Amino acid sequence: MDLGEINPVLLVASLMVAATPLLLAAIGELVVEKAGVLNLGVEGMMIVGAISGFAISVETGSPWLGFIAAAIGGAVLSLLFVVLTQVALANQVASGLALTLFGLGFSALMGQSYVGVKPPSMGDIHIPVISDIPVIGPILFQHDPILYVGIALTAAVWATLKYTRVGLILRAVGENHDAAHALGYKVIKIRVMAILFGGACAGLGGAYISLIRVPQWTEGMTAGVGWIALALVVFASWKPWRALLGAYLFGGITVLQLNLQAAGVAIPVEYLAMSPYIITILVLVILSADKSSAPASLGRTFHASH
Amino acid sequence: MIVLEKRPQPSKAWSYATPLVAVLATMVFGGLLFAILGKNPVEAIGTIFWEPLFGEFAFYYRPQLLVKGAPLVLIAIGLSLGFRAGIWNIGAEGQYIMGAIFGAGAGLAFYPLDAFYIFPIMVIAGAFGGWLWAMIPAFLKVRFGTNEILVSLMLVYVAEQMLASVSLGLLKNPEGFGFPGSRNLQSYDSAHNAELIAGSGMHWGVVTALIAVIFSYVLLNRHMLGFHIRLTGEAPRAAKFAGVNPARLILFCLGLSGALAGLAGMFEVSGPSGVVSIDFNVGYGFTAIIVAFLGRLHPVGILLAGGLMALTYIGGEIAQSQLGLPAAAIQVFQGMLLFFLLAFDLLTNYRIRAARSEVA
Repeated sequence: MDLGEINPVLLVASLMVAATPLLLAAIGELVVEKAGVLNLGVEGMMIVGAISGFAISVETGSPWLGFIAAAIGGAVLSLLFVVLTQVALANQVASGLALTLFGLGFSALMGQSYVGVKPPSMGDIHIPVISDIPVIGPILFQHDPILYVGIALTAAVWATLKYTRVGLILRAVGENHDAAHALGYKVIKIRVMAILFGGACAGLGGAYISLIRVPQWTEGMTAGVGWIALALVVFASWKPWRALLGAYLFGGITVLQLNLQAAGVAIPVEYLAMSPYIITILVLVILSADKSSAPASLGRTFHASH
Repeated sequence: MIVLEKRPQPSKAWSYATPLVAVLATMVFGGLLFAILGKNPVEAIGTIFWEPLFGEFAFYYRPQLLVKGAPLVLIAIGLSLGFRAGIWNIGAEGQYIMGAIFGAGAGLAFYPLDAFYIFPIMVIAGAFGGWLWAMIPAFLKVRFGTNEILVSLMLVYVAEQMLASVSLGLLKNPEGFGFPGSRNLQSYDSAHNAELIAGSGMHWGVVTALIAVIFSYVLLNRHMLGFHIRLTGEAPRAAKFAGVNPARLILFCLGLSGALAGLAGMFEVSGPSGVVSIDFNVGYGFTAIIVAFLGRLHPVGILLAGGLMALTYIGGEIAQSQLGLPAAAIQVFQGMLLFFLLAFDLLTNYRIRAARSEVA
């Protein structure tokens, strides 16, 4: 065992990479839940995004096109959730599970010919001078562009929810859909937009795993990240900046346990590998005491009877 | 323009018809999917649904139906009780794994002793393992209000790591030449969940699944607790006034579904599978969710749905070897089934009407 081999600068830098898929998926789900919809299909949308992004970027040679395809792939799958919960008024928990089960199978089917293929690399940004500052440079300014997209998205969602009319309407729909309907807002339309946005974000998060974090395609490679993202939204009390903080915390745990595995700590690999899931449970327990910040209409079906 | 009108009462006829309509729709769209994959859709669907029952080698496949169906029914029966009351245990896969580890562990602890009491002890240990694993989300929900969906699911990943750990360490076969995996319980008579009638596929797990179906039917229709479960699901406010204790209900539903999933894992590891190994679990815990819904959360329905789902598993394997249909295609097929079921369920609760033209 040699803990000295763990380089703190690299650790923090890779923490940000590990956190980005979580952040992207969690920000998307946060918007969905703010609109009063509980979509448990995040894992399914992520894995479909992961394979769509992977396939398109391998075929076209462009990671950018891959990420666009991933967002579309995630959104298309979430469209199925829209049909089930907003049109057919099905139970949201069951529909979300269906989305995940279907997505896992569908991605495995699509990904058969891509196992073992290496995707084109996106490359890290490099800003002269700033990126070369010791310590701060490698941590903050030497990443792939999507990582910054994730942070920008967090800021955008925060600002939209807090300062704009659209954000206000979205929150109104999530808090009390009957009142929002009575005020003349199109509850279903707003929810559909939110679900599609959530799907696109989850797709991006999935593609980040298959194109940048790993980067290759294996079946079921999201390995519960989508579920942790769902837990993260609870952790964040539905606040975007706390989602960012939470994502970095979970990213940190993941990276740290991987580093400890590599350093050959006396703890068996399996126990290290289960630690992110156990910590997710612990965090949920600590935070579940306060439910006041959850959107009041979360998970309830809306049907305008008049 | 069409509008949906909520029915005063869910339609009985549609609630029976939707699973059938969903299966038909899945066959059509599944066939379409197989056609896109370059297979003859009629042949593929025929292979999946006909071959295992009436094909040339049906004598081999029919017993397999029981072997694959039993764990699905056993787990789905447990899940359905919770689902009816709005208690979502989706970590049955983890409870299934823990049941197998506990059951096999208890049996292997006696190795190589030969005694009649070993198998019953394994059954109890398996049920206990699953129960214990399900009590974690149950306790956390009752005590802290933690979301049971996320906790039970996270515990699946923890259980998978546990499985890897024991098959490489604690339960590893000391005479296995260093390969991962435990001793084969099939060759340890006192711990072997053998077929009760040779060649029938009937083992103790199948018997237990049938008992569970009957038990659940009686519970739901003849017992106060079953009434409380249904009441909580259909009218939570009324349940509160009727004095239903939600904490007790959560502990009961999660505990029972965990124990049943644990039993399923234990019967599987001591019978058809035989070995505790890294790839022991094949997703029965998740497929059972589809089975529970397809069976309309009704014991008899679940029995039929479990049979159907076992059929798609076996038929899928045949289609895989005969037609080269990818294994994942069957997974998609099963996922589709749940989709169509949820979508067509609309007809049970709502009436579709042409809107009269009036001022909105």
